[in-house]
Amino acid sequence: MRITCPHCGERDRREFTYQGAAKILNRPSPDAGNDAWADYVHLRDNPAGETRDMWYHDPCGAWLVVHRNSVTHEVYGSQLAAEVAR
Amino acid sequence: MRIAGKGTLDPSRSVPFSFDGQRMQGLAGDTLASALLANDVRLVGRSFKYHRPRGILTAGSEEPNALVTVGTGAAADPNVRATTQEIYEGLEATSQNRWPSLRADILGVNDLLSPWIGGGFYYKTFMWPRSFWEKVYEPFIRRAAGLGALSGEHNADPYEKAFAFCDLLVIGGGPAGLMGALTAARSGLDVILADEGTEMGGRLLAETETVDGQPGRKWAAAVVAELAAMDNVRIMTRTTVTGAYDGGTFGALERVGHHRPRAPHLPRECFWRIVAKRSVLCAGAIERPIAFPNNDRPGIMMAGAVRNYLNRFGVVGGKSVAVFGNNEDAHRTAHDLVAAGVKVVGLIDSRSDAKATGDFPVFAGGQVVATSGRLGLDGVTVDQSGKRTKLRADILAMSGGWNPTVHLTCHMNGRPVWDDKILSFVPKDDMIPGMTVAGSAAGVFSTAGCLADGIAKGSHAVQTLGKKAATVSPPEAEDAPYRIKPLWLVDGAGRKWLDFQNDVTAKDIKLAAQEGFRSVEHMKRYTTQGMATDQGKNSNVGALAVLADATGRGIPQTGTTTFRPPFVPVSVAAMGAGGQGDGFAPQRFTTSHKASVERGAPMIEAGMWYRPSYFPKPGEKTWRESCDREVTMVRNSVGVVDVSTLGKIDIQGPDAAEFLDFVYTNTFSTLPVGKVRYGLMLREDGYVMDDGTTARLGDSHFVMTTTTAAAGLVMKHLEFVAQALRPDLDVQMVSVTEEWAQFGVAGPKSRDVINAVLDAPVDDASFPYMSCADVDVSGVRGRLFRISFSGEHAYEVAVPARYGESLYRTLIARAEMLGGGAYGMEALNVLRIEKGHITHAEIHGRTTAFDIGFERMVSKKKDCIGFALSRRDGLLDETREQLVGLKPAGAVKQITAGAHLFGRNATATRVNDQGYVTSTCWSPTLNSTIALGFLKNGRARVGEVIRMVDHLRGIETLCEVCDPVFFDKEGGRLRG
Repeated sequence: MRITCPHCGERDRREFTYQGAAKILNRPSPDAGNDAWADYVHLRDNPAGETRDMWYHDPCGAWLVVHRNSVTHEVYGSQLAAEVAR
Repeated sequence: MRIAGKGTLDPSRSVPFSFDGQRMQGLAGDTLASALLANDVRLVGRSFKYHRPRGILTAGSEEPNALVTVGTGAAADPNVRATTQEIYEGLEATSQNRWPSLRADILGVNDLLSPWIGGGFYYKTFMWPRSFWEKVYEPFIRRAAGLGALSGEHNADPYEKAFAFCDLLVIGGGPAGLMGALTAARSGLDVILADEGTEMGGRLLAETETVDGQPGRKWAAAVVAELAAMDNVRIMTRTTVTGAYDGGTFGALERVGHHRPRAPHLPRECFWRIVAKRSVLCAGAIERPIAFPNNDRPGIMMAGAVRNYLNRFGVVGGKSVAVFGNNEDAHRTAHDLVAAGVKVVGLIDSRSDAKATGDFPVFAGGQVVATSGRLGLDGVTVDQSGKRTKLRADILAMSGGWNPTVHLTCHMNGRPVWDDKILSFVPKDDMIPGMTVAGSAAGVFSTAGCLADGIAKGSHAVQTLGKKAATVSPPEAEDAPYRIKPLWLVDGAGRKWLDFQNDVTAKDIKLAAQEGFRSVEHMKRYTTQGMATDQGKNSNVGALAVLADATGRGIPQTGTTTFRPPFVPVSVAAMGAGGQGDGFAPQRFTTSHKASVERGAPMIEAGMWYRPSYFPKPGEKTWRESCDREVTMVRNSVGVVDVSTLGKIDIQGPDAAEFLDFVYTNTFSTLPVGKVRYGLMLREDGYVMDDGTTARLGDSHFVMTTTTAAAGLVMKHLEFVAQALRPDLDVQMVSVTEEWAQFGVAGPKSRDVINAVLDAPVDDASFPYMSCADVDVSGVRGRLFRISFSGEHAYEVAVPARYGESLYRTLIARAEMLGGGAYGMEALNVLRIEKGHITHAEIHGRTTAFDIGFERMVSKKKDCIGFALSRRDGLLDETREQLVGLKPAGAVKQITAGAHLFGRNATATRVNDQGYVTSTCWSPTLNSTIALGFLKNGRARVGEVIRMVDHLRGIETLCEVCDPVFFDKEGGRLRG
């Protein structure tokens, strides 16, 4: 599997660390309540198909949002988390 | 026997080798199989279950029978296929799965038990009595099962791994592959051409036909010469492409050193990962056996293999050959043999319209219904519509048709389709993205057809990559049609073998169907057909045909199982090349490593770093003696310890302070420049992630420390927060763990040691407790921190790493002058336990700020990572286990880490569990064993006597609950 790091280009999967679903970008406010926080921290969808995940490119330290397909293994593309989050 | 004048090997290049202790001669270029046949050896092994005598069946990597062990001792390589092992001087091969010898194998008795040990028998047996399973049945089965055996010794052979990239990967160097590679290479693509064999040419090396008027082998060599001269072509021989994976990635196993005697730096194998934009599979086809009674005797071989051994190696395994088939290959074989002067006793062609074509009897419409010769074929019985003829033969060449080698196309879960015209499975389009199939692998069986198909698929690949395809004219070659009539099973008394390696017969397939295992997936698992190391290459289609017939379906309806990588067995050593021994993980050494080793310190692993455990002085017999001395030395004089391994993260920017306020529970924006503060970091679920100190060197400049093993984790976390959660902040960070060598200097005399190396000395007024500053250390720009893990008056001094060793040696010398010296991890740990300082033994991932008594460190005035969930009810509950100190209160003085705590009179069961011990040591300062642990509502139970039970080590101690800070609770020793 290869992922394209916007800084470094197309690199082998082994240079990256998988963190989890990109849902983690939507951090609730401190007073959102236990349910919202428990959902944010502990609950995830498990799609068979398109998914957006957070991956860390160890060599350059960039956090990426990777758009891929868990069934066909196609990697559609990736963006810097910093740009998605803004 | 070797036939003079036949074959391509040089008869003058003799190579000695041995098989089962017998010395023999072969020729350079022989495989072990061809050399054994040259020496009239037909019996090479005993089958898996029934221990039937078996011989060489094929000439390729699909060989199911001739599995031998090559080498002895630690160098023994089991389950090597004699058909792919090239001989070299001194090669030692032994047969497998027999005792005491190949000719007289005691477990041959299994063959007599065959009526009771057919397919799936183990599902119906070995059940009673139950106690027998572990003591009798399993050991027996383990000894009886398997083929080759591992030596059990450590394998010290070198293996390699490598990566390659190309535009086009051509898999297979026969007619189709050579043309495909040539077309693409001439069109300017970067091409990798890989073939399993020792040279390119594929089946042209085994046949007598011509291409463009030249012998096929010679023609192939000319194409290879042209390819080899091109810069954009990599030719890989002895390389099997083992698997097709995502993204145009392929695995390939190159047999680098198997054909040579071992040499110190000669790798045995190299596992390649090849990334190709496009690929063409030209893997040819594998011949099918015919399922007739007792079709497994030594001497019964594939017809194509017989031609291979004859034409390429000049070898025939016997003197009288019978040929049996349902297609033209039977005739080709007979012709080649007769032309070489070998006697052909009969050609049995199951097709009733077969004609006599040469100097040998033809049995049209005939079938072989019986064979004889237990240790080697000596005769066959032919049936022609009821008329029986017995023939004396020591070799039977059989051909049931050809199966295109589609395996790689199925590696991404695709299945091939049945082609009734050639009675084989062929690939569909687009089974592997970017891959096309050419030649026999696509079901094209004439040489001319393969050559043209190779050009076509090569051109197609070029065009899909946006380039213009060079014109390559198809060479002239034979173009005979493939005429085959189905022959799946011959009736008659005796077992008809399908899977030779796993000993599965047609009867087993029928039994599976009868018992309800009618789907091909069930039949495979129930009978184990296709599950041996040949992955069913020799048996899949035959078994499928029997199953189809037994279940009243056609072959297409019965379907097929799929194939998975690897195409041939791959040694774990090759896949894990570079990862054995020290190569398993990086080793990280500090700048004080050499000096520590010089002083005899045992080095222990901390994360991937090596740190000194203790520094033994002459006369000290145990680690405890050294440790006790070092602890006392730090408390009374001064000690020096290397703390470089702790993570150091440099954080800068206008918003650095706000960033730290967000990742830490406490506030850093209020930290004055020149000061250090202890910080607590939570995970988002409210549990403690790490703790450390952060120093403010400037308005927008901080340096954070983390625990050694969590440095990478914390760095990744900080990057995540900065990039993904707070991209609004203007802050940058970089790991500087390796850039700075940092040493702790601790004890009442620590200031004296520090001032001895500083250009500008410090005192308590200029540098009070928890200060930090850029300083000059003997002319080198460094950093100084007044922090303490030991609880003594202490400093940490940091210099750029290249000065580390020098500074360490200087500090040690200064300390020793004052009666102090170096101390290691054991003493470091005792000192911090005496002060109740926590490490990851206490913040192990399931403890909260509340548990460790730092609830007030979580500021309520700001959000931070973990803030919201740290305040949920369950995490602030009084019945949670809280950090406490423990001292022995009874006769037993031992307190062990990991032991659990119970009420004094409670039974030590899970239900009564009140907590556990995390850290423990002997304290020379307090002359007692002390420990830290967690106890339900512990802070309210100081003074209570409880019971510690270590179920694992069988130790019980009465303990008194006390304050976790055992020594200098007011912290007076830190100041001044």
